[in-house]
Amino acid sequence: MSNCKQYGTKLLAWIDERFPLTKVWNEHMAKYYAPKNFNFWYFFGSLALLVLINQIVTGIWLTMNYKPDAQLAFDSVETIMRDMEWGWLIRYMHSTGASMFFIVIYLHMFRGMMYGSFKKPRELVWLLGMSLYLALMAEAFMGYLLPWGQMSYWGANVIISLFSAIPVIGEDLATWVRGDFLVSDITLNRFFSFHVIAVPLIIVGLVFLHIVALHKVGSNNPDGIEIKEKKDKNGIPLDGVPFHPYYTVKDLFGAVVFIAICSWIIFYSPEFGGYFLEHPNFIPADPLKTPEHIAPVWYFTPFYSILRAIPSKFGGMVAMFASILILFLLPWLDRCQVKSIRYRGTIYKVALGSFVVSFIVLGYLGTIPPTPTAAFFGTFFTIVYFGFFLLMPIYTRLEVTKPVPDRVVWPPKPISAREGWLWDQGRKAIAAIKSTPVYQQADGYWQKIQEFMKNNKYLRHFL
Amino acid sequence: MKRIIVTCLLLWPLLATAELGGPSLESPGNDVYDTESLRRGAKLYVDRCLGCHSLKHMRYRRLQKDLGFSEAEIKQLFPTLERVVGSMTTAMDSKDAERWFGVAAPDLSERARALGTDWLYTYLRTFYVDDERPFGVNNWVFKDVAMPHVFWDLQGEQRAVIKKIDEMPVIVRLEQAKPGKLSAKEFDLAVTDLVNFLDYVAEPAQLERRSLGKWVLLFLLIFGFVSYKLKKEYWKDIH
Repeated sequence: MSNCKQYGTKLLAWIDERFPLTKVWNEHMAKYYAPKNFNFWYFFGSLALLVLINQIVTGIWLTMNYKPDAQLAFDSVETIMRDMEWGWLIRYMHSTGASMFFIVIYLHMFRGMMYGSFKKPRELVWLLGMSLYLALMAEAFMGYLLPWGQMSYWGANVIISLFSAIPVIGEDLATWVRGDFLVSDITLNRFFSFHVIAVPLIIVGLVFLHIVALHKVGSNNPDGIEIKEKKDKNGIPLDGVPFHPYYTVKDLFGAVVFIAICSWIIFYSPEFGGYFLEHPNFIPADPLKTPEHIAPVWYFTPFYSILRAIPSKFGGMVAMFASILILFLLPWLDRCQVKSIRYRGTIYKVALGSFVVSFIVLGYLGTIPPTPTAAFFGTFFTIVYFGFFLLMPIYTRLEVTKPVPDRVVWPPKPISAREGWLWDQGRKAIAAIKSTPVYQQADGYWQKIQEFMKNNKYLRHFL
Repeated sequence: MKRIIVTCLLLWPLLATAELGGPSLESPGNDVYDTESLRRGAKLYVDRCLGCHSLKHMRYRRLQKDLGFSEAEIKQLFPTLERVVGSMTTAMDSKDAERWFGVAAPDLSERARALGTDWLYTYLRTFYVDDERPFGVNNWVFKDVAMPHVFWDLQGEQRAVIKKIDEMPVIVRLEQAKPGKLSAKEFDLAVTDLVNFLDYVAEPAQLERRSLGKWVLLFLLIFGFVSYKLKKEYWKDIH
């Protein structure tokens, strides 16, 4: 055993002379100090990395049997689902992973908006993250064409035809993107190439830059305090803990919960009510039969709603791209000095709340057929969406903020002691759930299980 | 009062998009683990559907394995099959189909996933007599469908009860005009079997994934518990 260790040390020394392995490990894991007060919202960065790895690994296996050919694509996906060993599992992991990727990324971005993680000195982290989001959208859009179902085909058709709304060069541009006068085998081939090679390379590269930029400035935290400003005599932040092992074990737990949720979807509801795998996509692409209702997959629907809210096609396209690109400007639109929502004024809380509501409502409206009522709500919430950003330089200047503490709040305030309207509602909801017979029954079982574990000589160690 | 206004506003888009026309879809309440039902459904499909509608992604071997057919039973079900290889294709040429019916009969391998079992179940039970159509029947769910009523002898004839709403003739319900070989209840059960079979065919892996899922979740539950304890153990010295 000691021999082993000796050889291990020697090998490490041999590598360290030639490659900064120990240095990199220390800088990014063992001696990278992260604030100790990370909460629930800080799981999503590492979860995004987990989903990315899942997408790459399952993608490699799918590529082994998928055929990027308009004649064969649909059947080859069904072959994977039916004839390949575990093909159905790999495909569902990939399709569920795609939707979960967006859920994770949206929560990750929302975290940044809540705690001001995009503010100085983290503007580049935000810009790289936004570029990642753009790349992810491109990746998802092109990947969705590959199963060559009706929604794949017509969804791609609608989105690519948007380019034709650009004055003068529009038609030619759309033809250039498709490589044909309509979405065809050639389009499928180039989308396949982009989906499996070009965009993943860009994403992996950007993830690397995103993390390097983050580790240069250090992580933000729910209190929005720079922990590097208060260091001990060894130069270690007083409120920091080494990422490894503290956050590796914490993220491990988060990952297991996340994988459990994904597994439930993969094994019991892979279509997820037609949101993760749309029903019409089980009919092969037919260029002669337009589906009654074309809707993009759920993660694009907020932007699709904004597109539909503007009466002119070109205007809609501009608004749609603007609604995504405006997020890049966030670090310069927000003029408030305080980072975390915990110490910001009511005005920002209300604005962020309306933004979230408008994003969700626009997302819902994008999935339903256009009706006059839906159009009214679409226009209204598009205004709210843009209002959040465009009025930001004004309302963030007027904000009345609370004093920010010097050190992070530790231990975290218990839920029962938190102040504010939302926390009041949350406590009321929890009390309501606790009073239901179902909860009380479940709680009774849990008490019995704990009782049983306490009396068992092996299991009691786990309590 | 505020709450009522908010509720109305929230429900408004839902009401506005509620579809008009066509019956409300009924659920077959099928169970893909009911092998007997799947076998009855397979029999019905081979007898009355496979002549036109292929199931090109359904392999005979897979069918035999999942539905527990013996070698003799599978030969009995597909008399022209010499060896149990290949998938359930049809003899009808799509060109012929277009000449005879006006449209090629679609492959139904994934149709239950595309349309849903409720749609299929309701559709198959709502053919009614309409002399203006080439086969003498129309369908309540799929208006002017090219397909004839393949269960006419089992179900009998149905007539549409039409009412005028805003000067527009609207079907309100279907009523039995001539009894078939099966009672209404028996017919519903036969269609349930068929829909069940199509549900299985659309995704044979669902038998496997559902029975595997509980073990995966059980493992993750235990692993989650252990990793939570591990996290607590590490974090207890952070003050």
